[in-house]
Amino acid sequence: MPRQEPRIRAKNFNEVALGYTPEMAKEEASRCIQCPKRNCVTGCPVNVDIPEFIKALREGNMPEAVKALKHKNALPGICGRVCPQETQCESTCSIAKQKAPIAIGRLERFVADWERKNKAVMPPPEPLPPSNGKKVAVIGSGPAGLTAAADLAKLGYKVTIFEALHVGGGVLMYGIPEFRLPKEIVQGEVEFVKSLGVELVLDAVIGKIDTVDELLSDGYSAVFLGTGAGLPMFLNVPGENLCGIYSANEWLTRTNLMKAYLFPNYDTPLRIGKRVAVIGGGNVAMDSARCALRLGAEEVYIVYRRSEAELPARKEEVENAMEEGIIFKFLTNPTRFLDDGKGWVSGMECIEMELGEPDASGRRRPIPKKGSEFVMKVDTVVVALGTTPNPLIASTTEGLKTTNHGTVVADEVTGKTVKDRVWAGGDIVTGSATVISAMGAGKRAAADIHKFLMGQ
Amino acid sequence: MIDDKGERIPLTVADSNAKDGALTIVFMEVGKTTQQLGLLKTGDSIMSLTGPLGLPTDVEKFGTVVCVAGGFAVAPIMPIARAMKQAGNKVISILGARSKDLLFWEEELKSVSDKLIVTTDDGTYGRKGLVTEPLKELLEGSEKIDRVIAIGPSVMMKFCAKTTEPFKVKTIVSLNPIMVDGTGMCGCCRVVVGGETKFACVDGPDFDGHQVDWDLLAARQRTYLPEEKRALENWQCQHEKHS
Repeated sequence: MPRQEPRIRAKNFNEVALGYTPEMAKEEASRCIQCPKRNCVTGCPVNVDIPEFIKALREGNMPEAVKALKHKNALPGICGRVCPQETQCESTCSIAKQKAPIAIGRLERFVADWERKNKAVMPPPEPLPPSNGKKVAVIGSGPAGLTAAADLAKLGYKVTIFEALHVGGGVLMYGIPEFRLPKEIVQGEVEFVKSLGVELVLDAVIGKIDTVDELLSDGYSAVFLGTGAGLPMFLNVPGENLCGIYSANEWLTRTNLMKAYLFPNYDTPLRIGKRVAVIGGGNVAMDSARCALRLGAEEVYIVYRRSEAELPARKEEVENAMEEGIIFKFLTNPTRFLDDGKGWVSGMECIEMELGEPDASGRRRPIPKKGSEFVMKVDTVVVALGTTPNPLIASTTEGLKTTNHGTVVADEVTGKTVKDRVWAGGDIVTGSATVISAMGAGKRAAADIHKFLMGQ
Repeated sequence: MIDDKGERIPLTVADSNAKDGALTIVFMEVGKTTQQLGLLKTGDSIMSLTGPLGLPTDVEKFGTVVCVAGGFAVAPIMPIARAMKQAGNKVISILGARSKDLLFWEEELKSVSDKLIVTTDDGTYGRKGLVTEPLKELLEGSEKIDRVIAIGPSVMMKFCAKTTEPFKVKTIVSLNPIMVDGTGMCGCCRVVVGGETKFACVDGPDFDGHQVDWDLLAARQRTYLPEEKRALENWQCQHEKHS
């Protein structure tokens, strides 16, 4: 997959992966043996008709490829960019044992991008079914909400999505950086969902302007909760409230949603120093670190308490980060932040770690090494330890059951919660996970909502 | 947000009319966004307005409540004073500003208070001095004061809280840190109250004034001063070019 060269791309917010050329796409599509087993389909959380879209692509029938792809997946331009295909469809590919698996993700992106640029030659979309007279409310316009809304609209429901922010897309807009997922593409996919007849109400914070119960008594037959996991976790060590210390959410929201990298053309600022430390090892940490480079930091560190083998981030993102010159400090944990005398962070006290027995997550537990304390000079810190669900919905919705982590209890398959006529899916149920698993949850909940409402 | 290049800023709702769906918001023209907002005319629109955010003020029959409004904070104090009065409290209001031309809504505040004291720093109207002076006198007086609500610039709220502390009267302040989303997702607005980190946008904005780490609030409010200055200068320069 052609990519921007590391030294160049580390200074701009343009997409890193440049995408296949039509020749590359056809060549890769021809490698697919169209096997009868179709393990790729079951490996996909939304069961995209993979062999079908690849066959159409190989035959040069692009409109058919788009149709086959979008039959199950309403957001292919997004999935083709951010799905961890290497642990999903590509890992179950039949030829993966002998050769490189089919690059399904790259092909998906190629087809989605082709559609965006060639709308004029696409046949008109299939007509929507007549309205069945029932209204469904979807809370949150992230991947779970958008997918549930799209599927319900295609079944004839009148769907309204309530989004707290001023723009739709949720974490696709505020969390994933521009250089991995261009916002123009996200908005294109949001527009597609709206074209199915879905109403998107922005600036609507459910739990404040209306409660879930008020929606249910206001004519909505069912409610789907897709509010994600947007509450940031902090280390809770001394000095963490000094200026220059950000949660990854704030860092990414200022940068990607509010376009702080274009200040003063855009009004939201983001102050960045010369030496940035990002605490954490997941995709969000990689995204934060790569944003820091592009924002002009001289040195960017990933500070992670376990070793490289335990990093939860996608291997591809770790490689991209390393290529761009981000320095990884493994087996290191911050214990306090130091003040420069004017209220700004000037350094962090750290302790070295070593790995002991596996903990509840199955990964080896990090243990501080006595006497190994040292100070790292930094002037900006991004805390990317993970997020949990915002408690607003749970605290304003009677009868909803939550866990100690703040996630909403819901059936693993159907997304049905213990509260009558309320379903939930995505990060609000699983804690922070992937875009595609949220989409899968949205799909399954939509099917179950339909089953329930039609059975009434 | 005024437009798609704008920033998200927190503003307080001073009044509302459910019948015609109108909100009254009073703001001081300080930086780029508020100055730009100040240029809008009747019939103009802005891109985005979200609310109501934060937790509502605790209103009960406490007894005698002193409402202290610093400058344009008479706007957020108004609905609180009114609600306190409606809840059966005796409401004594103190309205203070730097000088006469920065005072407004004096009659409105008077109409919802049992007593109103007006101060100006420079003595151009009412009593000369800071709001903390009549506040102290009330606390030292014979009348029992059950609660104080103080809203205004951070420094004013800090000194109101310091004034009431020796008298052990519960003092509620409305904190105004910088914010981005306002719904609890970023932590930009974090304040320390009673030694614990809180998000002013979801846990506040009302907090116990005696427990607030005022120095931290002031430091974090200064985070983007250079950028704010630059944005304002940029905008004023461009605005002059086109006008």
